[in-house]
Amino acid sequence: MGAAIIELDDVTLGYERHPAVHHLRGGFASGTLTAVVGPNGGGKSTLLKGVIGLLRPLSGRISVNGVDRRDIAYLPQQADIDPRFPISVLDTVLLGHWRRMGAFRPVTRAMRAAGAAALAAVGLEGFEARPIGSLSAGQRQRALFARVLVADSPVILLDEPFTAIDAKTTADLLALVLRWHGEGRTIVAVLHDHDQVRRYFPQTLLLAREAIGWGDTEAVLTPDNLRHVRAMSEAWDTEAPVCERGAA
Amino acid sequence: MSLAASLGDWLFGPFLDFGFMRRALVACLALALGSGPVGVFLVLRRMALIGDTMSHAVLPGAAVGFLIAGLSLPAMSLGGFIAGLAVALLSGLATRFTALEEDASFAAFFLISLALGVMIVSLHGNNVDLMHVLFGSILAVDDVSLVLVAAIATVSVLALALIYRPLVVECFDPGFLRAVGGRGGAVHLVFLVLVVLDMVAGFQALGTLMAVGLMMLPATAARFWARDVWGLVLAAVLVAMVSGFVGLVASYHGNLPSGPAIVLCAGVIHLASLVAGPHDSLVARRLRRRHLRA
Repeated sequence: MGAAIIELDDVTLGYERHPAVHHLRGGFASGTLTAVVGPNGGGKSTLLKGVIGLLRPLSGRISVNGVDRRDIAYLPQQADIDPRFPISVLDTVLLGHWRRMGAFRPVTRAMRAAGAAALAAVGLEGFEARPIGSLSAGQRQRALFARVLVADSPVILLDEPFTAIDAKTTADLLALVLRWHGEGRTIVAVLHDHDQVRRYFPQTLLLAREAIGWGDTEAVLTPDNLRHVRAMSEAWDTEAPVCERGAA
Repeated sequence: MSLAASLGDWLFGPFLDFGFMRRALVACLALALGSGPVGVFLVLRRMALIGDTMSHAVLPGAAVGFLIAGLSLPAMSLGGFIAGLAVALLSGLATRFTALEEDASFAAFFLISLALGVMIVSLHGNNVDLMHVLFGSILAVDDVSLVLVAAIATVSVLALALIYRPLVVECFDPGFLRAVGGRGGAVHLVFLVLVVLDMVAGFQALGTLMAVGLMMLPATAARFWARDVWGLVLAAVLVAMVSGFVGLVASYHGNLPSGPAIVLCAGVIHLASLVAGPHDSLVARRLRRRHLRA
């Protein structure tokens, strides 16, 4: 296992002073495939937003090593794309080239070819000219995976990529994730399906605001840990006083 | 004289005969080039009504400019630009730092601004002045005004070209733009400045009240003619240009006020497109009711 490409140093992330991720320490090692699991409101999505810099930590530090933070490929939960916007599937996928083209540089023929190849890889060959709004939810997720594919990033963050997606699409996209893992990319995926995590994801972070477990999946997803998480999620305090930990 | 020749004379004669008509036409074409594309993005951003509120928001500034310098486009434009920008910025800040939604915020500030504008004009001017400010008088376009309108159109087209790609992404997938480090907020701000700029450019031709007409109606009509952003922009510019031309001709022959005539032309094109445009119009949807083979 390589050095940690994403390091979390006593990180607290949250909204309006309420921590969603509380004093988290650890790292995602280069080339690992990690599932982030835990209860709703446990801070999983918040953690990903913190890593790509959409959310600034309330305290602590998140460092990304060897990669520009903006080059991390990130697929948010239910991407807030406007489905009625008049843009084609291919143009949507080509946005994955952003770090090479930015606001001004031209889209080259090679970039277009990469976009078309990515569409073929996610099973959307022939959909290039279709408006994005004409796709089903599963097809749209395939297109967004194609955009991640085009970005060709060494670090990929996926937030609930298989929620509300049919079984066939899930299987296809999961195969793509495993291919990325085989290519040595670092992948962090927020997931809910524990069986899926046990079968395909070697590493797991069990997050319920604090890390309940982080490491090899079978050592983390134990009945004890899961019971502990359930007890915690029922005991959350909305009127919590100011946290003094680490203040000294 | 043949029918074609007399029709040609009816359409083009006013511009051949009178310098003020030629200047009015050039002002309208420049206006179309600047406002059309901006209107398309307002529609794409679901901000069509915010464009409308902005047109009211510029009134006090335009009124102050009018009182100081009379019906001078540069003075009114500068005043309107400052007032419009103030409303846009205050609304933006209020949205960002309080719980107020963007549309509510804009509504509150534009109402304050509009009332202020009407108050200023009615305290210090007369009804004729108010009509001038509200409805414009394109037949009085002088060279300075013409240069101003052309300069604004140029700046608008160039600036839009510069922010085109991030603006498209900001409309379509703002989360993505943030994630790749694109400055969505800055792009939004530049865009709002362009909206205000193009609106004040429309003062003389259309009046403060209807300047937004040549921005929004061509954009909404374009929706039925094109299916990608570039097509929408082209269609909107064409519709705006045709509206300007036909509106001026109608206003000349019918002795009608130019602003409403031009905006009504755009309105007629909008209604016709809504009914019979090639994409998603009433007729197009009816014709395509028979579905394809699976």
